[in-house]
Amino acid sequence: MIHFVLHDAHDTVAVVVVEGVKAGMELQGWIMDEDRMVNVLAKQDIPIGHKVALMDMAVGATVLKYGIDMGKVVAPIKAGEHAHVQNIKTKRW
Amino acid sequence: MSIVSKNTTFLGYRRENGRVGVRNHVIVLPLDDLSNAAAEAVAHNIKGTLAIPHPYGRLQFGADLDLHFRTLIGAGCNPNVAAVVVIGIEDSWTKKVVDGIATTGKPVTGFGIEGHGDHETILRASKVAREYVQWASEKQREACAINELWVSTKCGESDTTSGCGANPTVGNAFDKLHPLGSYLCFGETSEITGGEKIVAERCATTAVRDQFMFMFNRYQDMINRHKTSDLSDSQPTKGNIAGGLTTIEEKALGNIQKIGKKCTVDGVIDKAEMPTHPGLWFMDSSSAAAEMVTLCAASGFALHFFPTGQGNVIGNPIVPVIKICANPRTVRLMSEHIDVDTSGLLQREINLDQAGDRLLECMLRTANGRLTSAEALGHREFVLTRLFESA
Repeated sequence: MIHFVLHDAHDTVAVVVVEGVKAGMELQGWIMDEDRMVNVLAKQDIPIGHKVALMDMAVGATVLKYGIDMGKVVAPIKAGEHAHVQNIKTKRW
Repeated sequence: MSIVSKNTTFLGYRRENGRVGVRNHVIVLPLDDLSNAAAEAVAHNIKGTLAIPHPYGRLQFGADLDLHFRTLIGAGCNPNVAAVVVIGIEDSWTKKVVDGIATTGKPVTGFGIEGHGDHETILRASKVAREYVQWASEKQREACAINELWVSTKCGESDTTSGCGANPTVGNAFDKLHPLGSYLCFGETSEITGGEKIVAERCATTAVRDQFMFMFNRYQDMINRHKTSDLSDSQPTKGNIAGGLTTIEEKALGNIQKIGKKCTVDGVIDKAEMPTHPGLWFMDSSSAAAEMVTLCAASGFALHFFPTGQGNVIGNPIVPVIKICANPRTVRLMSEHIDVDTSGLLQREINLDQAGDRLLECMLRTANGRLTSAEALGHREFVLTRLFESA
């Protein structure tokens, strides 16, 4: 069962692709570009399609997805937490 | 080994100017909002015709007016359209649309309401519409080379599964069509924000790159002039955000998956302009679904790939819109809208080549006549892009 996927091995966030991810669940993830698996422990409930943080990130850090800058951290995030509009914002507008 | 090669054919309608369509519409096209009532009455009278009402066409000027004409004329010229009846409030702008469509050689006649009234206009237009629809009904499909099918793409109500699954599926299909000499198109200028360097690097020549950056920066300037916030209410949309997309950069990186891994960007066109040679074209365009698909239809594209995450339901009156989705929840809850299910990608049940072939198989069946879900559901969104207020 694949719980989350990431595009590039350097990504700091990944996409949850199944419903029912709850805090405390051990999640299996698929790194698409290298075709290998990685694990993370969910610290919060995360809806399908939403992102899980793969590492701790401080305010101001750049978030990587597809191996590329996708925005900045605006509130501290811990590995396994829900990563979304409450802690990440655009750098562009 | 893909399911398409340069020997692949589809059954299409060859038009007078050599272009090939996959549908055979006879449309009643209002020039302006005032002519909608008469247009709808004609389409009601003559079964098998299709009215395309819309809200604009009065007192527009400058580039906005040029775009209005380009869009209407382009829609009439689209190879999916067999014949056109144009209705406008007065004769001279009506004639402009008629003359524009007549360059294709297809049957087209216009009627101005002033001096006649609705009733007489409906009578005269219905007579012509009847002749047209009976004439069109005898048109037969013939075998055409795959690269005579012009395909556009736009994604809508995207979520993170779009970037992981549905959009790369389109990219894989585009990677397979591009070497065959197909005409392909993508756009959604504001949604490239955060990924513009990637698109710029894919441009085939410096000239194309410069044109792309010009269009991209022009759109950014417009947004910066008018914005009152960081656009986190509008772009990404509420649907994008509910689906898990967080920033425009993230959305853009997912969006760009639609141009695949190998396609070069071979040309740049403005809204509703027609491409002039085979290849992948970037069209400066809105990211609003119906606006962009309407622009693609006006540019001459005959079929549209529409990947979605949260479930965009859009169709178009003259172009079949194929919906691709990799979100298992959406595929389950909104199944009547989805043509190609690629959610297996996210569970590693199918690979990208298989997903791309699944889409190409649907493309061929749709080109040959199979109705898309959007066509079966009656989704015919036709939305004109405006550049600024009317005078």
